[in-house]
Amino acid sequence: MTDHERAPIVTLTDAARHFGPVRALDGVSLSVAPGDCIGLVGHNGAGKSTLVNLVNGGLSPSSGSIAFTRGETALQAGVRSVFQELSLCPNLTVAENLRISHTALTGPGWRRRARAEIGASLDTIFPNHGIDADAVVDTLSIAERQMVEIAIGFAPRGTEARLVILDEPTSSLDAGIADQLMAHVKRFCAAGGAVIFISHMLGEVFEVASRIVVLKDGRIVAERQTAKFTRAELVDAMGHVAAEAVESAVAERAFGPEVVSTAQGLRARKGEIVGLSGLAGHGQAAALAKLYLSRSSSWHSRKDPDVVFVAGDRARDGILPLWSILRNISVSVLQQGARWGLVNGGAEARIAAEWKSRIGIRTDNVENPILSLSGGNQQKVLFARALASPAPVVIMDDPMRGVDVGTKQDVYAMIRAEAAKGRTFLWYSTETEEVCQCDRVFVFRNHEISAELTGADISEEKILEASFEMQEAS
Amino acid sequence: MNPLSKPWIWSWLAAAGAFALTLGLTSGRGAGELGYAALSFGAFAAIVGLGQMLVITLGPGNVDLSIPATMTLAATLALKTMGTVEGTAFVGLAVALGVGLAAGFANYMLILLLRLPPIIATLAASLIYQSLAIWSNRGLRIKPPRELADFATGQVMGIPNVAWAGLLLAAVVWVVLERSVWGRWLLATGQNTHAARLAGIPVEMIRAATYLSVAVFASLAGYLLASFSGGAALNMGTEYLLMSIAVVVIGGSSIAGGNSNVPGVWGAALFMFLVVSMLNSYGAGAGVRSVLTGTIIIAIVIAASTRRVRA
Amino acid sequence: MSFLARHRIILPVVSLAVLLAATFYMQPRAMSYFGLNLLFNLAVPIALATIAQMMIIMVNDIDLSLGAFVSLVACVTATFLNDTPMLGLLILLALILSYALLGALIHALDLPAIVVTLGMSFVWGGLALFILPSPGGASPDWLRTLMTVKPPIVPMAVVASVIIAAVTHLLIIRSGIGTVLRGVGGNATSVARAGWPVIRLKAFAYGLAGLFGVLAGMTLVGLTTSADANIALRYTLLSIAGVILGGGEFIGGKVSPTGAVIGALTLTLAASFLSFMRLSPDWQIGAQGAILILVLTARLIFSRRGEA
Repeated sequence: MTDHERAPIVTLTDAARHFGPVRALDGVSLSVAPGDCIGLVGHNGAGKSTLVNLVNGGLSPSSGSIAFTRGETALQAGVRSVFQELSLCPNLTVAENLRISHTALTGPGWRRRARAEIGASLDTIFPNHGIDADAVVDTLSIAERQMVEIAIGFAPRGTEARLVILDEPTSSLDAGIADQLMAHVKRFCAAGGAVIFISHMLGEVFEVASRIVVLKDGRIVAERQTAKFTRAELVDAMGHVAAEAVESAVAERAFGPEVVSTAQGLRARKGEIVGLSGLAGHGQAAALAKLYLSRSSSWHSRKDPDVVFVAGDRARDGILPLWSILRNISVSVLQQGARWGLVNGGAEARIAAEWKSRIGIRTDNVENPILSLSGGNQQKVLFARALASPAPVVIMDDPMRGVDVGTKQDVYAMIRAEAAKGRTFLWYSTETEEVCQCDRVFVFRNHEISAELTGADISEEKILEASFEMQEAS
Repeated sequence: MNPLSKPWIWSWLAAAGAFALTLGLTSGRGAGELGYAALSFGAFAAIVGLGQMLVITLGPGNVDLSIPATMTLAATLALKTMGTVEGTAFVGLAVALGVGLAAGFANYMLILLLRLPPIIATLAASLIYQSLAIWSNRGLRIKPPRELADFATGQVMGIPNVAWAGLLLAAVVWVVLERSVWGRWLLATGQNTHAARLAGIPVEMIRAATYLSVAVFASLAGYLLASFSGGAALNMGTEYLLMSIAVVVIGGSSIAGGNSNVPGVWGAALFMFLVVSMLNSYGAGAGVRSVLTGTIIIAIVIAASTRRVRA
Repeated sequence: MSFLARHRIILPVVSLAVLLAATFYMQPRAMSYFGLNLLFNLAVPIALATIAQMMIIMVNDIDLSLGAFVSLVACVTATFLNDTPMLGLLILLALILSYALLGALIHALDLPAIVVTLGMSFVWGGLALFILPSPGGASPDWLRTLMTVKPPIVPMAVVASVIIAAVTHLLIIRSGIGTVLRGVGGNATSVARAGWPVIRLKAFAYGLAGLFGVLAGMTLVGLTTSADANIALRYTLLSIAGVILGGGEFIGGKVSPTGAVIGALTLTLAASFLSFMRLSPDWQIGAQGAILILVLTARLIFSRRGEA
């Protein structure tokens, strides 16, 4: 190859991206040259998706720079992304979806050319794929959709794909199909293309990547040739090097009878704090939502509910945006003081005032709109809503997003106190230290429980081990 | 708090403006008559508007297109049952409200069992109600019993009886929405059904009760309107389809749901009548009146959206 | 995935065939050139209006003003287009353009289409009253001739329906731009990410709705020979019902032009079916509602079976 051909496709120099006070990416320098296959690994919130969005032009850096060698934009430079969340139009056929991302495909006979192009791309990557280019996408299985999306990513589309970013491309593919993809990625890179490969299957990363980049807390903490990494070193690099002895004062406590037991194997006893862990999106939230819905009704509401829910995705699952702080807190306890079906305004105000001071919601008036609060304080409102209710089981779906350290400590203390009084907590968290404080931990992988840890077994290493597929990608 | 920040104030200001402009032409003569007429005719729009408001409060995609058909069917069957016989007013009322309950139940069952979007469910059902009304009416125009007609056109303390009915209903809806547990649940469901369900609210029960309420309100409006105007006519409900949605929007309720506004519905109902009489007295034809009404509705939606963007 | 779920068009076709067979069984004389002409007499404007509504539903909106718009077009056709053709044509073009602008406005300000079109229905209705305060006007001769032409073998309404279905199928299902338009309904984010100007696409979809609305109004006048301001108010609800009957869905860009035309024919037939059965015409409207519910029930049953 000549020097020109070895010139990097994209170069990031000290690129950072901040979202308010959150440093999602805190100064990253990286260059991707033709022939590179970079394995990008890191735990939840390490900054992987922010980095990807900088490279593909979805976000611009807060500081630092990003430069493409060919063309001004990511699109011109031949950077393509295959996202984890499916981004096809489900009502169109496979060939028509190529038409959407290939804007130059016009004129009579475009359909034939689209079919040929997507067919060729599918044939190259996934021989014997069996996908009809005229099939409507929503009649395909999830795996087939992911294959189509990958094929569109690698298709020439009028120019040429030079750098393809694959974000968890094998998450819904079976082993055989995943192998085909691995083989294609190797061929593609050997022929002068480049790939950024993100996966929780470490075996795959080791197999395909020429170089592994480890992200932690928005920074690159390790970048080496694949051969110079061992699995153990990689897990070490991802985890917290200085894992402070988490207050292992989790004294052996006596728990009551079992109060939760699902078909999936999730179990909890009275007074127990049960953690759910694993990489984000591996079925923890779905398991909790299913549990909540199965133990409450859409048709009637009891004065003494069985379960309450603390949402982590506040906008989607928790906040009632048009209401005041007070109303957002009291919605779970309306029936308690009600007479003749009318809300007891006095009791409602007392409960809101009590929780405002107990959990420390920063506002001068609980009548203020909920949206006047910061994210962390909104989250406290959701905690107050749940804890104010007398329900014996509290389900928490990653409730600490965007909450500051001080508040977290307060909430931890409150949860422990409530558990000591006999409440049961089911707590999904993307932060491993939080999970380490639980009495029992279930680790999820691919929508199944891959490990159940108790007592001294609960450690960051054990959780990481269970979260990542350690075997060879076979 | 600044009174201008209350969304309902605008529909009342607009109504007052239209009132003043109409009277400006007659230099104040006929104020009483105009007000009386506005209260009488506004009452029907207000009653169906209150029902539509509850449905729209349920959130995006919720709307009842069967209001006109339910009105007509309830009125037709009630008048037929009473058959101009004196002393049957309450029987007639019971029949009308029964029709409303049945229609609401049918609408909700279509939504629940056939998983239809509310628009298409209430649309399909309304075609059937309409046919039922045509079939039972047979083109006859049965007069209401005289006592009922007298009541519907009568007044107490200078306020028309139909307006009393509308005001009473508005008061009940206001208490339910502002003070009751059920109202809180409805408002929460409309803001975010998923979040409401996760907060322990029985959202299906709320939806069912709301679709029943709107149909009962429509049947009451139909009963009163037929008694007021001396009989049921097959097209008596037609104008209330768009009217019921318009008064909700002009009244300051959010089309996106979760936020309703009872006083605004009455203000908008009065405004819709008064703007017509204003334009009438200035000699504008029906065409101009309609164009202006439409322009006002669109202007209000645009104003509401820019307010949302700034917030 | 069941066969029927893959081929959404089958259910509308079967519904129409069953209804048609029932009609012929009840009244064999309907199985003739003249009978078919009578059965489907008003199908053409309804089919065009249904296509117009489909364009809006395709981009996840809904149009409550279509009936008033078609009435307005009918009034313009029966007056201006008849008396001063150039001016009439200009007015109709302006109406199409205003539909496109409306689409752009709804997208740019993220307005609820249901309320904006509700307001527009008052505007269109008012303009129609302004133009034609009382029923009247006259159809341009060429339009009358066109709508009453008697092609050999099959009547005009059937031929026209096939042409409408074929043309809109080419435009919406086969062509590149139609594909992108459906993509907007399916996943607007991914269409925008690929670099398409979504606002222009939405304006285009609304403009097409305006175009087909105009054609609906013109053909209606060609059939009725005169117009009034309320002539087509029923079309708002009929067109929505037609789109859904034809296998369309309110969200997700899942529409079928052929299905929509068939849906419109089914609704037209449902109304005339009863008079052929010598049943009371009181039930004409109700029959449309009942057919709608029946077909949607059938669709639910098949899709459930498909899931199982």
